[in-house]
Amino acid sequence: MNSAYILSLLQGLWATVVLSVLTFLFGGLIGFMVGLARISPSWVISRGAATYIQVLQGLPLLVLMGLCFYGPSILGYNSLSPLVAATFALTLYSSAYLGEIWRGCIQAVAKPQWEAAECLGLSRWQRMRTVILPQALRIAVPPTVGFMVQIVKNTSIASLVVGYAELSYNAKIINNATFEPFLYFGIAALMYFAVCYPLSVQSRALERKLNVANR
Amino acid sequence: MSPIVELKDVHKSFGSLEVLKGVTFEVNKGEVAAIIGQSGSGKSTALRCMDRLETIQGGSMLICGHQLHDTDVDLKALRRDVGIVFQSYNLFPHLTVAQNIMLAPRMVKGMKQRDAREIADTVIAKVGLREKMDCYPEQLSGGQQQRVAIARSLAMEPKLMLFDEVTSALDPQLTGEVLRVMEQLAADGMTMILVTHEMAFARKVADRVIYMRDGKVHEMGSSDILRTPATPELAAFVSESAEH
Repeated sequence: MNSAYILSLLQGLWATVVLSVLTFLFGGLIGFMVGLARISPSWVISRGAATYIQVLQGLPLLVLMGLCFYGPSILGYNSLSPLVAATFALTLYSSAYLGEIWRGCIQAVAKPQWEAAECLGLSRWQRMRTVILPQALRIAVPPTVGFMVQIVKNTSIASLVVGYAELSYNAKIINNATFEPFLYFGIAALMYFAVCYPLSVQSRALERKLNVANR
Repeated sequence: MSPIVELKDVHKSFGSLEVLKGVTFEVNKGEVAAIIGQSGSGKSTALRCMDRLETIQGGSMLICGHQLHDTDVDLKALRRDVGIVFQSYNLFPHLTVAQNIMLAPRMVKGMKQRDAREIADTVIAKVGLREKMDCYPEQLSGGQQQRVAIARSLAMEPKLMLFDEVTSALDPQLTGEVLRVMEQLAADGMTMILVTHEMAFARKVADRVIYMRDGKVHEMGSSDILRTPATPELAAFVSESAEH
């Protein structure tokens, strides 16, 4: 085992974390808007959001990465850097899934809660913000964290298409030089686990905390 | 005295099922009206229409000066004037009792925290739960939750209170504590319309009893009609209810 290789894996791990965080930030932001649009009383908006979700859920992430990386240059624009292209593709991908997950969570809050808030005179947005979203949040924690873990692992697809040097990419490069796949892919696997496991643990703690009003 | 609630030939269907088939009645300011009748007679639907949780398809409905069949009815103004309490309480589980009560005064009336708290203190005292202000709904009994729901509505200082079978989910002991709160409200002069199965309560508190049957008002009058019904249907309904 070579310390330079380990350092390279750690650099890959950092790149994985950066891409994951960016994805979750932008994907979450857009996903939240997609989720709200999905339940909009306006037919055009809800239909538009549903189409967005259907199209993006119907595309393999690998293809989406390719489109984002090669697409701009084919259309005559400057090509995107690997990190930007990967973030863009993962954002599109995760926003479609998170939008649908969160729509479900919002709609899972009992309808009488909407009615009670409506009868008190709260506007639609006030109802959403003070009554529905806080309750939806509690329901949303487990599936959201589950999907975050998926994102962390799916960042590895970036290495295949756009050549972004994240953890799996570096592990592959090292294996090409050392022919010790078990060792270096094994270390990479442990590193993925080290990122994903605390997420799940945190999720359980957060769930307990949010459950305080509903034991 | 001019009526605060005026229903004229109100029609309402859910798909092909006609639930209200021409309902007409009035309730004056300060009156307590009890709507009684079998399940499926349309009484809860009529009540929900009064707060425009359902829209009516025919006839007219005037509630606290708001014409509900107008498409541009000011819902915010309507809901400022009308409070409603549901069978299933519908308190917000993630908020404390105090927060439940203060939410609407703060959000809808734009009150300051301190003023809203003052109102909350007043209404919670009315329902006798001052010591529960910082509890969450799930820490309260059903009867206590329902009393908080009443207080939450009162905090908006409504001109009319609607009660939709508010004691149907409660044990007999807990029913009593909720009914006592409602009786006190009636004594304070609140205009109230209640859909109820509590015949004894209707007899004692209601100024006006409305017996609905098959989507229409079948018989209406003072609470005396419960003692001496004019129609055989109401007579049968009263004696059936007495058996329970």
